[in-house]
Amino acid sequence: MALSKFNYNSFDVTPVASKAIGFNSDADGLTSVSATSMVLIKTLTASSSSTLSFVDGTSDVVLDNTYPIYKFVFINIHPSGDNTDFQVNFRDGGSSYDATKTSNVFEAYHTEGDEAALGYKGSFDLAQSTAVQKITSNIGNDNDQSGCGELWLFAPSDTTFVKHFLVTTAHYGGDYQEQYYAAGYCNVTAAIDAVQFSMSSGTIDSGTIKLYGIKDS
Amino acid sequence: MALSKLKYNSFNVTPAAGKAVGFDSGADDLSASISGGAMVFIKKLTSDGSDDDLSFVDGTSSVVLDSTYKEYIFFFNNIHPQTDQTNLVFQANAAGGSSYDETMTTSTFQAQHSEGGSSELSYESGMDQGQGTAFQRIAHEIGNGNDECSSGYLHLFNPSSTTFVTHFIAESHSYRYNDYSHRLFTAGYFNTTSAIDEIQFKMSSGEIQGGTISLYGIS
Repeated sequence: MALSKFNYNSFDVTPVASKAIGFNSDADGLTSVSATSMVLIKTLTASSSSTLSFVDGTSDVVLDNTYPIYKFVFINIHPSGDNTDFQVNFRDGGSSYDATKTSNVFEAYHTEGDEAALGYKGSFDLAQSTAVQKITSNIGNDNDQSGCGELWLFAPSDTTFVKHFLVTTAHYGGDYQEQYYAAGYCNVTAAIDAVQFSMSSGTIDSGTIKLYGIKDS
Repeated sequence: MALSKLKYNSFNVTPAAGKAVGFDSGADDLSASISGGAMVFIKKLTSDGSDDDLSFVDGTSSVVLDSTYKEYIFFFNNIHPQTDQTNLVFQANAAGGSSYDETMTTSTFQAQHSEGGSSELSYESGMDQGQGTAFQRIAHEIGNGNDECSSGYLHLFNPSSTTFVTHFIAESHSYRYNDYSHRLFTAGYFNTTSAIDEIQFKMSSGEIQGGTISLYGIS
């Protein structure tokens, strides 16, 4: 006997496009429930990792025109080497992470000894460079030291415009707290289809990087 | 014959207020522990290539900009101007108002670096407002070259409040007309206790010729 399956109009609720079916606020009826617009795509966990790479179409990673905006979140990035920089690069075709970038960087810090400063960080910005973009400076490798933050990547699959990115991080270095801001554009009109994270020296000893897609429909 | 529809208690699961019905972690049973999203897409406006402005008006064209959410985020993506060296700007209209001219006080600072290696971090007193009613700049001197544009966000807090002023924070990155990577930070408040229910974006000169602006509510 064929199984009788329920259809969209089998439920006692008014269908609403792209909504889920849920219980109402009194839990005595059905209603439409909004799905989230920020979708977790992939979590990578470091374990003495030389690199952590998000490659479209590999290991369930989506980094194409499915979403107009992507967000990476870094949680407790802990390096193997002391005072090393967390860094990123972008792939614009081929197999190399070498998209040309122009960027700006500034930072503010405050030490446990009460010294503080705000300034542009000219040694960490890029001008038409294919090198990695540093997105923290000098994370310590003591057991309790790490860095956290986020990177927004706009319209990576676009083939008309450059690709904008915005980074904000905070980290614990040599007994100081530093907040760090990097932003720039990949000066390419080719699609960016992979993003790779690494340390300036040694490995990413531990930590988590999450990739989210932001829906616009 | 009237169609017999399945009701809330037709599922083999204990109903839970506000939760969606889904599969459990073993994918072998139903669950009512799935929450709806905390970041809810509301509306996307796409430039048709010659827009004088892009406006989000509560209650119009499916736009929600009221007490439904305490926070709203506008993401602007690849905004491309008709005119070279123009700014993306925005203003608000309070409930019952007739024009985009709310009084605001704002602060702005920038970081930039050119393809030629020049750099700067500075407060920008030419972009801020002290009790002004002009449109507020949130992206600076975008180029109109074929690959030039700006992206970023505007975060609006509790616009329906009639007790407090309405705060906002914006951040953008632009491919500046003179080949700079330009990051602009803007924050401020609409100095009114009227509810803000309309937001309008436009270029400081000419049209918005490309890009999208999407509105989200944060529950």
